[in-house]
Amino acid sequence: MTRASLVFAALLAVLFPLSLLAGRVWIAPADFGPGNTLLILAELRLPRAVLAVVIGAGLGAGGAAMQGYLRNPLADPGLFGVSSGAALGAVISLYFGYAAAPWLLPVFALAGAAITMALLALLVGRSGSIIVFTLAGVILSSVAVSMTSLAISLAPTPFATSQIVTWLMGALTDRSWDDVRLALPLMALGCLLLAFTGRSLDVLTLGESAARSMGVDPRRLQLLIVIGVALCVGASVATAGIIGFVGLIVPHLVRPFVGNRPSAVLLPSALAGALLLLLADSLVRAMPTVSELRLGIAMSMLGGPFFLLLLLRMRRRLA
Amino acid sequence: MNMLAVDGLTLNRGSRRVLDDISAVFTPGRVTALLGPNGAGKSTLLACLAGLLSPDKGQVLVGGQPRQSLAMRDLARQIGLLPQGGDVHWDVDAATLVALGRYPHRAGWGETPEDRAVVARAMAATDVTRFAARPMTALSGGERARVLLARVLAGEPQWLLADEPLANLDPAHQLETLACLRDVARAGAGVIVVLHDLNHAVQVADQVLLLRDGRTVAQGACSEVMTPQRIAETFGVASQFGTTPGGVPFIVTLPMVRRG
Repeated sequence: MTRASLVFAALLAVLFPLSLLAGRVWIAPADFGPGNTLLILAELRLPRAVLAVVIGAGLGAGGAAMQGYLRNPLADPGLFGVSSGAALGAVISLYFGYAAAPWLLPVFALAGAAITMALLALLVGRSGSIIVFTLAGVILSSVAVSMTSLAISLAPTPFATSQIVTWLMGALTDRSWDDVRLALPLMALGCLLLAFTGRSLDVLTLGESAARSMGVDPRRLQLLIVIGVALCVGASVATAGIIGFVGLIVPHLVRPFVGNRPSAVLLPSALAGALLLLLADSLVRAMPTVSELRLGIAMSMLGGPFFLLLLLRMRRRLA
Repeated sequence: MNMLAVDGLTLNRGSRRVLDDISAVFTPGRVTALLGPNGAGKSTLLACLAGLLSPDKGQVLVGGQPRQSLAMRDLARQIGLLPQGGDVHWDVDAATLVALGRYPHRAGWGETPEDRAVVARAMAATDVTRFAARPMTALSGGERARVLLARVLAGEPQWLLADEPLANLDPAHQLETLACLRDVARAGAGVIVVLHDLNHAVQVADQVLLLRDGRTVAQGACSEVMTPQRIAETFGVASQFGTTPGGVPFIVTLPMVRRG
């Protein structure tokens, strides 16, 4: 573990308990005790904070792996369509009103992610080529997004429409331990698979020919990336809707501390992603808005200015 | 028996035959230059040797075994490829980049003292030790090329395949790189290098494989293969051979003069 990872982990350990205090009802540490406070903490805030950490870590690691694999600092874990596919699955369950049973929506979302992943594998074939991979991802992603729009415009009731639109914006409001139980194992498995790609991603820095001559199996690497990222993204969309920009931003935040080597970015990105989502979710909870600001919107609002900063920095370097 | 050989190698791209029945044996401790006009199949042959392309017919033999019967990791340890162009997609420092060359040898997570020693040796061999901490984007074209060569050497390959390693280098660094390839061969490894400049070839190569339109024109010892007659037949240019007072051979190429 590098120094940066230790610092991120320490910050996480400190901020996690503090984040539990923030919310519509502020809880002072002195108020701890049986009754409502304990109920709020144990059944509302704790699962929510755990879910923020789990999803943030998965999206951060997924983003770092995708950027390393595509050798493009603007790549996002949602790029190859799994995120839109999972969203489409969830939207279909809302469209037909299946979401009445709480476990159906995540199951539909995971099925959507799995089907997209299978289609992606089918489209890419056995080439292991990165260009084909990117194009196939863009195609699948746009098909899924257009189907989602279709579902919104054809929704049977205005209620269903608003339910779909709200859900798409992503949030951690009212999540329970059930969601944690669903997301945690999938995310852990996804991150584990991604951890195995680190060394190969490093070698890919030298280009595909050099990497292959050094013994990197492009098909095996692609398979690990696809399944690893799909598990992370699928689990996060299934439990929280679409939360953009985390996977895109976090590796950029981490690189100034750990350097550009892809494997060195993976673990710190997972930790920083967890940190970012935990903070952002505490912030939206504590904000005095009439109805709670959706986490997905808050992240997109952070994303714009962040990229402006990135652009200005790049321009300065080019000048 | 440590040999690298190709036997009846044939490769088609679409309807075009890029390699046509190439057979050759490469020897350890020697520098073999692959020469020929553009489109002769030099880089394709190198890609087949490195396992990036699979031939339609014939095979690549490594130590007498067909290439595809050997494990990818073993091949990666034995054969190092320096691709043309030299992409570096993330801006890492030179020492980190050279250390990537240890990939085929690594077992666990960390770097062993041996890894570090080999990387230091490789960097010394191409004279890039003083750039160790510098990011790749801060290096000149020549410095980058030498760092990339050090990366291949860090893999301690028994065979070094280099695809036009002298492109984009100034004359001094071209000579340094050639000397470095010679040293690698002297240390016992086989060097197979695609070259464009005939002068570089006669200065560095022990063996020459002359290709044209995917076919072998001639192969053998450099002094035997490189004749004005063969150069005319392969490249379509006339040539004048000479030797400097110091004993270094050179070739001046001239436009063909039509007779009559």
